[in-house]
Amino acid sequence: MRAELFLQYLVSGLIYGSIYAAVAIGFNIIYNATGIINFAQGEFAMLGGMIASSLASRLPLALAMAAAVAATTLVGIGMERAFLRRIARGGVLKMIIATIGLSIAIREIALLIWGESVRTLPFFSGTEVSSVGIAGAHFSPQVFWVLGVTALVVAALTAFFKLTLIGKAMRGCSANREGASLCGIDPDLMVTLAFGLSAAIGAIAGCAVAPLTQTHYAIGTGLGIKGFTVAAFGGLGNSLAAVGAGLILGMLESFSIIVVPEAYKDVVSIVVLLAVLFAKPSGIFGSRAAGALKDY
Amino acid sequence: MRRFATVLLIAVCAFALPPLLTALKAAFLLTQLTMAAYYALASLGLCALMGYAGQISMGQAGFFAIGGYASAYLSTRNLAAASGDPLVGGLDALGLLSRGADAYGNPSLSLSPWIAALCAILLAILVAVLIGIPVLKLKGHYLAMATLGFGIVIEKIARGTPALGGADGLSCVPAFALLPGLEVTGGRAARAVNFTISWVVLAIGLLALVNLVNSRPGRALRALHDGEEAAGAMGVDTARYKLNVFVLGAAYAAVAGVLLTHYNGSIGPGEANAMKSVRYVAIVAVGGMANLSGTLAAGLLLNFLSLRGVFGSLDDLVFGVMLVAVMLLSPGVRSRR
Amino acid sequence: MSLLEVASLARSFGGLRAVDGVSFSAEKNRITSVIGPNGAGKTTLFNLIAGSLEPDSGTVLFDGEDITGMKPFRVARRGMARTFQAIKLSRRMTALENVMIGRHVRSRAGFPQAMLASPWARREERRIREEAMKAIELLGIAEYAGRETGSLPFGVQRSVELARAIASEPKLLLLDEPASGLNIRETVGLAELIGRIRAEGISILLVEHDMSLVMDISDEIAVLNFGRKIAQGKPREIQSNREVVDIYLGEDDD
Repeated sequence: MRAELFLQYLVSGLIYGSIYAAVAIGFNIIYNATGIINFAQGEFAMLGGMIASSLASRLPLALAMAAAVAATTLVGIGMERAFLRRIARGGVLKMIIATIGLSIAIREIALLIWGESVRTLPFFSGTEVSSVGIAGAHFSPQVFWVLGVTALVVAALTAFFKLTLIGKAMRGCSANREGASLCGIDPDLMVTLAFGLSAAIGAIAGCAVAPLTQTHYAIGTGLGIKGFTVAAFGGLGNSLAAVGAGLILGMLESFSIIVVPEAYKDVVSIVVLLAVLFAKPSGIFGSRAAGALKDY
Repeated sequence: MRRFATVLLIAVCAFALPPLLTALKAAFLLTQLTMAAYYALASLGLCALMGYAGQISMGQAGFFAIGGYASAYLSTRNLAAASGDPLVGGLDALGLLSRGADAYGNPSLSLSPWIAALCAILLAILVAVLIGIPVLKLKGHYLAMATLGFGIVIEKIARGTPALGGADGLSCVPAFALLPGLEVTGGRAARAVNFTISWVVLAIGLLALVNLVNSRPGRALRALHDGEEAAGAMGVDTARYKLNVFVLGAAYAAVAGVLLTHYNGSIGPGEANAMKSVRYVAIVAVGGMANLSGTLAAGLLLNFLSLRGVFGSLDDLVFGVMLVAVMLLSPGVRSRR
Repeated sequence: MSLLEVASLARSFGGLRAVDGVSFSAEKNRITSVIGPNGAGKTTLFNLIAGSLEPDSGTVLFDGEDITGMKPFRVARRGMARTFQAIKLSRRMTALENVMIGRHVRSRAGFPQAMLASPWARREERRIREEAMKAIELLGIAEYAGRETGSLPFGVQRSVELARAIASEPKLLLLDEPASGLNIRETVGLAELIGRIRAEGISILLVEHDMSLVMDISDEIAVLNFGRKIAQGKPREIQSNREVVDIYLGEDDD
């Protein structure tokens, strides 16, 4: 393979891997707080990119993105407050069906608002043609934006959960709901926060990749299932591992073009998902015991 | 008996509706009612799996598509060029091939729809066994995600494979003669007969499941839904029962896919779409989960309205909102642990 | 030969030896009980026998066959039925339907026969219903047969679970703390029911905390403490066993 082509695949893998990792982190945050998998996770990234692209024509890019992230966060919070909270006691099957329903509702509303057109965002710096040269190869600066934003999100989250009071409260809540509420932590509030945070991260990722990959009302389902693949691959709940797993999946997908026809590209990641699930059906949690601790 | 009331009602409608609608000058509705019956049949299969055995599947549309595509592919593939092949010659000698003419008037030789349909259903069953064995070890979210993944794979394969027509799918699927003179096919002349065929098939499918849920294996399925430990302690091989009902659900979807494809004369990758699978789940949920009659009613009504275009561009949105609303509003749809 | 022979059975959780080399046997047509204070390993032992847990070492022989580590459904098919400490019934099915599940191992209709409702399958279904009703009548809960199980009083639910177990005509019936959650009067009624079940020719292995129940009805008692068997004998021998008395007197009543 020519070195140039190799680098191109590598970079494409890195970019897609980063967004998968971001979506996976979103899954993990909600999973850690509630023990459920939010099937609407991919829609957050879609919403982030779509809202930002709408606002970008009227507002400065940074402001448009900030507004998009804020709006998506509200959607996440609203989803939990208005619907999921009332269903939570109904059991897993009900929660799965409800989040699937919500994801479809969000997607279809997006279709009504934005239509079927493919949208994009301006590059954060430079233009489509600007490039940064490294070792003889040229990359769009946006590549570095995507990688930088992902790294920043992971670092910020780690700091949030390890250092801040609220972050610690959220972790305590997921470890022991009753114990946490005895210490004056409101578990319901923590769940709401988790949904907000998870939506915000999805939206940030959606904005960061939109200039490179473009966005569309229907990208959520694919992002959701790949994000879940990465979350399961890395071990549900483990966000640092999700980054590694995301990059691996991104690379696999990207380099699969060498052996698999382009049309089957998405099949690769689903085969990885099925392989991961089949290899460790007891939980992918690392251990059976850890899996048993969760409600669902 | 009360439990057979719906079966009887559907069977009566199968014969009574065509003259009635014709008299009311509304015979054009029969087309959508026929299609709705096949979609309802696929929903019934999911009802046994999800409603009674408590195993969610987000891949029901995948099995529908396997049935439809396989039957379409096998019955449209022109074997005329390979007529010298001993296998083709053998099939021909056994009367398993049907002769016709292709779009350009050249003679064509293809597998008879009966053979194509049987192969298609067997293929769906085989895939269900192979997928079901690992997948059914999973529970809850994982099972949902894995079956969703399976459905997406089927769609991508349908969409990405030139032999399956890519994004256009397969068309010119021949009529399927169930009996001499009794053909599953579209077209005005055959409209009333095909309505009757579809509703009779639906009634038979319902009858078999009503029998099933009120029997030894049916009780075992409901018991494993309520708790696999207790079911196992009563001697129920839970893994085997889950696989059986998964395969059964797939077979229902495949039969529906085969018949609808021959009725429409075509099939496209949209039939395998994840959204289609979600619709099947929504119909079972709206029908009341462990409720065959409810699923049937919801399946007929919602698909009929959707096919009539009543929901317009809100079609998918309606199903999504319905899922959330049913989960919010009906305490009866509580999942049993 | 004994109906059930447990030899040097052991199982640890982490560092804790929940069951530590226990051997005992249960004879045909007898009520054998395993007692011990909380945390003595009774439930673990029970689950090792029924197949819900796999032992680290040791063997379980049932009716001459090695069933060690066998899955619960296979154990059930060999004629061992059980009840659960926390009642496990299908709450939305009627009491009768629940008991009919007990006939699973004694009937054969599979998916095709059931779906086609063949005459043979219908005959079998009628027999399932009759046999289930017999079990229900034996336990005196016929008036609840058509009621949804989740709506029944706790004591009745326990009887439904018992009826489900005996409907399978087991060689051995395992009862996991059947008196838990019952009041004194219900416990007396339970003792009478267990006697009736034994009279049907069903051998019983009882794991129980309630001493009065055990002493009244058992033929043979094994005592566990900290995962080890410390005594075995007739109720009278156990009652006068110094070590056993010490354990029970020294234990906080719960």
